[in-house]
Parts: sequence; C-alpha cells; structure tokens
Amino acid sequence: MGQQQAYFVPAKSHWPIVAAVVMFLTVFGAAHWLNAAPGEAGFGKTIITIGFIGILLMFFGWFRSVIHESLAGKYDAQVDRSFRMGMMWFIFSEVMFFAAFFGALFYTRMFSVPWLGGEGHGVLTHQFLWSEYAAAWGAGGGNGPANIGGDFQTVAPWGLPLLNTLILLTSSVTVTIAHHALKAGHRGKILVFLGLTVLLGATFVYAQAHEYIEAYKELNLTLHTGVYGSTFFMLTGFHGLHVTLGTIMLAIIWLRVLKGHFSPDHHFGFEAVAWYWHFVDVVWLGLFMFVYIL
Amino acid sequence: MAHAATHDHHDEHHGAPSNFFTRWFMSTNHKDIGTLYLVFSLLMFFIGGSFAMVIRAELFKPGMQLVQPYFFNEMTTMHALVMIFGAIMPAFVGLGNWMIPLMVGAPDMALPRMNNLSFWILPFAFALMLSTLFMQGGGPAGGWTMYPPLSLQSDSVAYVVFAIHLMGISSIMGAINIIATILNMRAPGMDLLKMPVFVWSWLITAFLLIAVMPVLAGAVTMLLTDKYFGTSFFNAAGGGDPVLYQHVFWFFGHPEVYIMILPAFGIISEIVPTFSRKPIFGYKAMVFAIAAIAFLSFIVWAHHMFAVGLPLGAEIFFMYATMLISVPTGIKVFNWVSTMWGGSLTFETPMLFAIAFIILFTIGGFSGLMLALVPADFQYHDTYFVVAHFHYVLVTGAAFAIMAATYYWLPKWTGHMYSEFWGKVHFWCSVVFVNVLFFPQHFLGLAGMPRRIPDYNVAFADFNMISSIGGFLFGASQLIFLGVIVHCAFFSRKKAADRVWEGARGLEWTVPSPAPHHTFALPPVIHDDELAHGHVDD
Repeated sequence: MGQQQAYFVPAKSHWPIVAAVVMFLTVFGAAHWLNAAPGEAGFGKTIITIGFIGILLMFFGWFRSVIHESLAGKYDAQVDRSFRMGMMWFIFSEVMFFAAFFGALFYTRMFSVPWLGGEGHGVLTHQFLWSEYAAAWGAGGGNGPANIGGDFQTVAPWGLPLLNTLILLTSSVTVTIAHHALKAGHRGKILVFLGLTVLLGATFVYAQAHEYIEAYKELNLTLHTGVYGSTFFMLTGFHGLHVTLGTIMLAIIWLRVLKGHFSPDHHFGFEAVAWYWHFVDVVWLGLFMFVYIL
Repeated sequence: MAHAATHDHHDEHHGAPSNFFTRWFMSTNHKDIGTLYLVFSLLMFFIGGSFAMVIRAELFKPGMQLVQPYFFNEMTTMHALVMIFGAIMPAFVGLGNWMIPLMVGAPDMALPRMNNLSFWILPFAFALMLSTLFMQGGGPAGGWTMYPPLSLQSDSVAYVVFAIHLMGISSIMGAINIIATILNMRAPGMDLLKMPVFVWSWLITAFLLIAVMPVLAGAVTMLLTDKYFGTSFFNAAGGGDPVLYQHVFWFFGHPEVYIMILPAFGIISEIVPTFSRKPIFGYKAMVFAIAAIAFLSFIVWAHHMFAVGLPLGAEIFFMYATMLISVPTGIKVFNWVSTMWGGSLTFETPMLFAIAFIILFTIGGFSGLMLALVPADFQYHDTYFVVAHFHYVLVTGAAFAIMAATYYWLPKWTGHMYSEFWGKVHFWCSVVFVNVLFFPQHFLGLAGMPRRIPDYNVAFADFNMISSIGGFLFGASQLIFLGVIVHCAFFSRKKAADRVWEGARGLEWTVPSPAPHHTFALPPVIHDDELAHGHVDD
C-alpha cells in the first residue's frame, strides 16, 4: 500500500437501521408467539412473518448495494482484507456457538448421565431419587432416569448418516474444483461444479429431513427424548440450518457467476461462501463422529 | 481507483451532514457512532442506577419496606443486565469507536456500515428486555445469571433470551469490526508494538468477545428450548443437569468479566503516562500481561461454582488457575505505579479517577483472591462479600475508568474544556460515597448476609443503612457527571487545544479539537516521538 493512497469509506446507508428494525420485529414476534395462550398466537405470527420477510428484503437490498459497489471497482485491496477478516472471525464465532452444544453433549455423556446412574459423587442422588436407573447413552438410558419421551431407538450411523458424510465431503471437493476453475477463468467448468455443489447441499438437506421424519415416526426419537434427543436434534438441527443457508448462499454465488460478477483475482464473495461451506463440512464430521458413531 | 471512491461522498468532507435523521440513523462515521454508543450507555447507566436506588431503598431498614419481593428480584436482575450489557460494554465500544481509528491513523472503522448496525441493534434489544417489566407476569427475576430451574419459571424467558441474542450479535459484529480495524487499517509505520496500550487492550478484548458471546447465545438457547420446546438439557430427570448451565454460562461469564476490565486497563495505561509526563513503564510487559490475563480467563470459569458440588480435582485446579491471574494483574498495577514514580505529576480529574482506579481496583482484586480460595469461598459464597468484591472491580474499576476516559477525551470530542472544578467535585463525591456504599458490604458478607434478598436479620441493620446512604449519595453524585458533560458539550466557552494535555502523546492529539468529522483521509506520517510508546526497547 502506497503512502499517498486514499482510504475508502462507504457512503451512508439506510440498510443497518432497517436491519435492526426487522431483527427486532422477528424476535419480538417470536417471543410473543411462544408466550401466547392457545388461539391468541395470531399477533405474534403476523409480526414474525413481517419481520422475516423484512430480513429477506434487507439482505437482498444490502447485498445488492454491496455488489454494485464491488462491480463499480470501489473496493481496493484494503477493503478486501477487511472483508476477509470479517468473514474469518464470523466463522470463528460460529465455531464457538457449536462448541457450546458440543460441550453440552460431552458433559451429559461423560458426567451427568453416569452420575445419575450412581457413579462418582452422584451416589446419593442415585440412591434416593432414581435407584432403578442404569446409566447408558443412546437407547435404554439416554433419555434419563424418568425415561422422558418413552423408549426410543437411535439412528444407525452406517446408513443415511454415512451417505450424508460422503455427500458433504464430495461437495467440499466440487466447490474446490469450482474455485480452481474460477482462478483459471473457465466459466463453464465453474458453473458445472458449483451447480453440483448446490445439488449435493440440497440432497443433504433432503436426506436429513427424511432422517428426522424416520426418527420421529419409527424410532420414537424426538426433541423430547430426554437429553439424548435434546443434544441430537439441537446439534444436527443447527447444523442442518447452516447447510440450508450455505446452499442458498452457494446458489446465489452460482447466479453471480452466471452474470459474470467474478474475475480470477477478484472474487471475495465466492471465497467467503466456500469458507463457510468448508466450515459446515467440518462441523458435520464432528457430528458424525460424536453424535452418530460413538 | 481508490481516489475515485473517496469522491463519492465529497459533500460530507468538510463536516457533518446537516440532516438530523441521515446523520444519526444512517451514519458510517466512527465518531458519530461512537457518540451514539456513549450517549446510549449514559442513559443505561442512569436507568440501571435507578434500579440500584430501589434496591438500596428497600434494604435501608430490615423488614419489608417499599416493594414486593418479586419486584425486588426483578430489580437485582435488571440492574445487573442493564449495567453489564447496556452501560459498561457499550461505553467501551463507544470509546473504542471514537479513539481506535484516531489512535492508529485510520480514516474510520474497517466496516462502517456494520458498525452502525452493531449500535442500532442495542436500543431495540434493551427495549425488548425492559418491556418485560411492564408485562403481565413481570420481568426476569432469577438473577442476571439466569440459573435454571429458577429462571425458567418466568414467562419473560423468551423476551430476555432473544434480547440477549440481539446483544450478542451486536457485540460480535462490534468486535469483528475492531479487530479488522486494528489489524488492517493502521497507518504505515504504526507497528503492532507501537500501538497505544488502549488499542492493544481492545484487540484482545475483541478476541474474547468473539470467542464467548456465541457460547452465551448457546447457553440461553438451551434455556429457551428447555422452557418452550421440551428439551432436557438442564433437567436431571431427562439425563441433563442444571449445573451444565452454570458451566456453559460461566465459560462465557468469566471472560466477560475481563471484557469489562481489559479496556479499562488500556484507558488507565493512557492516562497515567500523560499526567506523569513519562512514557509508560514496561510497555511490552503491559501488553503481554493483558494477553496472559485473557488466556487465563478461559480456564478459571468454575471458580464461580465452588459451592455447587464440583469434584475435588476440579476445585483445586480452578483455585490455582484463578490465583495465577494475580501475577499478570500485579504486573499491571506495579507498572502503573512505576510510571508515576519520579514523574512530574499533576492531578486533573482524569488522573484523579485513574489513581482511584488503581487503589480501589486493587482492593477488589484482593477480595477476589480471597474468594478464589475454595475453603474460604464456602463461607463467602453468595454473600454480600461477593457483591462488595465485584462492585469494587466494576464500579471503582470499569465505571471509574470510563469516567476517567470521558474527562480525558471530552475536550477532544467537543472542542471545549469541561469545568475542572465541577469535575473534581464529581470525583471527590464519587470516590468517598462509593466507599461508604460498598466497603460496609464486605463486613455484611463476612457476617453472613446473603445476596439477592429484600429482607434481612436485624443484626445487619447498621451497615445496610450506611451502605444505603452511601448509595443514594453516590447516585446523586452522578448527576454532577451528567451536568459536567452537558455543560462541556453545549455551553462551555473555553476552547480546547489540539494537544489538550501537556504530557499527552499519540496520534489523537495531532488532530484538531474537536476532531473534524473526517480525519486521516490520507494515511498520516508517523513520527516515533509523537507516539505514547514509540520507544519500546525497555
């Protein structure tokens, strides 16, 4: 960076204040809905719908103005570096969010469930409250001494979850191939491999939904299934949400490639989404290992 | 390319835009957004303070005096949430917003629009949270730590959890912005080890924020699903454990404590050298001490839970890890004192607050050491001794540092001098009454008075009355603070010089007072002798 280079400071924008308002409407509507008596949820539902549509419009408008600025060549190398740091630290914050739920999983498996079964310093709790309870993770114990949610079966790891692992790993490879193609300037190849990544992401979400339906209908494994169901559905649910968002982001990047928004050396939007995609991939490997296999 | 970009908004080059709405609601200017943060935090300081007045009024005499017990519990809960997330944290973000770009020679924050979003989320989040006080069923009353199962009995859980999600999003975006600004926007020549200590302290604080705010979001999300969606994270009958919440919460909560004190360390490290007319003693040691404190903050969380029934090995580990923190903290205190040693000291209001900080924060640190001892903590746990401890570190620590920073930089922000006389009146009232308020609480705690109760044994009557009197007078003293700020911003006629304080060094003092709406459109040339810590060969 040269001594005399001027800095870029973006012009004023109404999108931040719009974003604050629609985020507020969404959570206010949600809180109202959760607390509403049966039959009175209409108000909360209306507000949350308005808020949610507002969020979609806000993202559309804010990103549109950013894309216009980018295409107009306003973003120099310094702005690009700020964006990269922003995305990197955002992904780090997401890692820590998942860490909280992984922490809950490890704690309940390693400590609270065995303690309830009488291990360690849980002897008295076990003896006085639940002397019948034999601690176990998964079927036959993972839902706690009160058998909350009733008897259940766990999802077999070597069926659909293994397939989903392969799907996500493959999608990580295809997105990387698309990235190399972008650097080499082969637009056709990018479109094919990025499109493939989107399809693989969508397939993963579809398979996951299928797995949930099976869990609820046939295995009696639900969100209410004690702490096993809680950790299972919260971890895989938040991950599934991230995959869904990632797939949408990839699809938008695909459209932007189609419109010719990216050049071999100026494509931060593509890279940010690719980083995000690798992140959901890595989280899945943790899930496959600790939620499904072990 | 970059030159063309700056011409897009040439209409704002020579000052603030005139339209009120455009300027304050759509801003991309770090100074305006910093001002918004600071004004917001001042408002929250008085709202949270009024809750504290209710608490002290109820505790003035034994017996139920003024309010219902549930309302009292709402007040203790809301006082903490408002002061922590509404007053202290936004004040530091506001100071960072205003000063970091000026200190590192940047034209603005790295991501100015996101900066505006980080701020504007906050008023909505606090409106959501405070509105629960007026709802049927009332607000949260289970303490700011929201331990289940008690906290889950309130109907306000959803509102409070979502408000905390919003505050977390705001903090994370603010922290990302600060890191990107510090790492990417420094003027050429502003090496990392030439940055002011305040900037260093914010860099490390921002890292802590990004690491732990998502964990808090996770913890309160589990509360939400336990209450409304039938999960069993904190329900022993379903295999969960209420103590799990405490682990996850304090994994956030302890770094949070340092989020509220590290920028204060940075502020004191700016003010003490200025009024001692000496560079800071042991610059590198100061930086590494902050980093060491930040690292240790991740491995001490269970010292908040000694009395909950942890395995013995855990108690011993967390006790020793906690006591280790006194080593880097001691380095900082000794270095501040060494900076003053042999200096030509003057005692303007910022320096008075800084010296009071060093002494009173150290008292809070020592009571923290006492609490770190497991056998002793079994006696002190959940008593007023704990209340006294964290108010010494948060009021005479964090809040005094914020006041010191306000007096220190107010002339730079407004272009006018504040009234030194009234500043000193504010200082002496604050420093006397804050001790009348909190020091007796040590004795109350040692005598066994539990915290978070609206009524108490008559044995505790005298010290509670003294504490309440100190509380009312400390609260009233803050009106002087408000008066000094309003006078300085709108009525003061005394112009401030560019280098407001004779001994002040650093880039922020090379720009005019008030700082123009846009500074450093071109990167400034850095001269080592202008930097507070230009020579770091010590």
